[in-house]
Amino acid sequence: MTTTSLDAVIPTEQAPARITIRGTAKTGRRFSVPRSVRRAAGPVGLVLLWFLTSATGVLPESVLASPVDVIQQAVELTKNGELPSAIAASGRRAATGFLIGATVALSLSLLAGLFRLGEDVIDSSMGMFRAIPWVGLIPLFIVWFGIEETPKIALVALGVTYPLYFNIYGGIRSTDSQLVEAARMMGLGRLGLIKYVILPSALPGALVGLRYALSTAWLALVFAEQINADAGLGYLMSNAQQYFRTDVIVLCLAVYALLGLACDFAVRILSRRLLTWRANFEGEA
Amino acid sequence: MANSVEIRGLSRAFDGHTVLHELDLDIREGEFVALLGHSGCGKSTLLRILAGLDEEIGGEVTVPARRSAAFQSPRLLPWLKVWRNVVLGLPGRPDKALALRALDEVGIADRATVWPKTLSGGQAQRVSLARALVREPELLLLDEPFGALDALTRGKVQQLVAELWQRHGCAILLVTHDVEEALLLADRVLVMDEGRIAHELTVDLPRSRDLTAPEFVTLRARLLNWLGVTRTLEGTPS
Repeated sequence: MTTTSLDAVIPTEQAPARITIRGTAKTGRRFSVPRSVRRAAGPVGLVLLWFLTSATGVLPESVLASPVDVIQQAVELTKNGELPSAIAASGRRAATGFLIGATVALSLSLLAGLFRLGEDVIDSSMGMFRAIPWVGLIPLFIVWFGIEETPKIALVALGVTYPLYFNIYGGIRSTDSQLVEAARMMGLGRLGLIKYVILPSALPGALVGLRYALSTAWLALVFAEQINADAGLGYLMSNAQQYFRTDVIVLCLAVYALLGLACDFAVRILSRRLLTWRANFEGEA
Repeated sequence: MANSVEIRGLSRAFDGHTVLHELDLDIREGEFVALLGHSGCGKSTLLRILAGLDEEIGGEVTVPARRSAAFQSPRLLPWLKVWRNVVLGLPGRPDKALALRALDEVGIADRATVWPKTLSGGQAQRVSLARALVREPELLLLDEPFGALDALTRGKVQQLVAELWQRHGCAILLVTHDVEEALLLADRVLVMDEGRIAHELTVDLPRSRDLTAPEFVTLRARLLNWLGVTRTLEGTPS
């Protein structure tokens, strides 16, 4: 070492002593792309790429049908009523399964969240059951419920139960004990505490759970409808598979995706209306 | 005057560690008592017991049934509008007119219909006071309600508490570790140490009190001495 101890203390490359903070306020004259356009650019670009590779033959129809064919199929299947009735059949399954799963999840999470006995009995069991991959239960469900509607609805219900349960239970248990104390001091009884303090504070978590649950519901449906379906989007898809109709398969996938998106959008609207009291970080420009 | 609070032989222990030792204390109706002490001396424990939030105690405590509290953080429910917070837990339908009267008394009736998240610290503490007073308590428990406020806001809210106390005539137990605040507001100052009332001081100064009056300064010195704080770090300008 040739440097002295003094040299080691003084940084060789000095950091600037002063920095300039430049204003980012809009000057008005500068052109900026609207946020909605920027958000749409990615998806639109991808569809355009798909169209171009199909039209030039880089992407053969046996691999993936061109978007034009998919749209034609959509029009045709809507005209002859096959697509609407398939959506209705699938939607019915998803809704029934979701309602059953949500009811079970809500009851279990309230019991486990509000009572210590409920927690001891229910929560450990839920933790155990969650370790089982629910898609893997399809063979067992076929043995139990046959190949009709029941196993499909049961699978959706099961897929919905876990995310809702864990999020509502977690929400209830994360209630601020200081608020509970203050509310008790103000004369709220047990029911009042549940209504005014515990359930509202569990709401943000419950809404996150709802988003997960709805996307899981559609996912479970895709799996479930592979079982001997005679109606619904899954039936349309497995038929198309037999005739190598990639356009119908892509159409069905797109419909699944759109239904999922619509549910997600609905929950986001719901969240915005129910959680106006929250101060949230909205992201930077 | 009759007693509002009577405490006889009160003890409280957490996991074998005794926080309150055989404590005796009376608070008269309408009396303003300040409780001073270092962190962990048991003053907040005592307040929680009087609030009925802690019942694992030894000894006997008699308090008015009508009592309410304000805490260091305002503890407003963020999902209820301000006025709904004020009348939370009162029997019957939420009475907006009642809430507005209470909010008007603390000077922020114009903020009645906003979410608590939009309030400043001082405003939220005012709402917290309105929520406590709308219950017409005979005993008001204040757990360092000015602790988190900036100095300018603190002075205003202290003044407000003094006015509200004179108007409502309730007994107040104020837990604080601010000696001047205790002397400005209270009829009697108690100094707690290791779970006992170590010292007691009756403040015989006329209201509203002057921080710079010689009597005030004398009392402050005595309290600081009891608390084991010696002010010898005076600046010596060269």
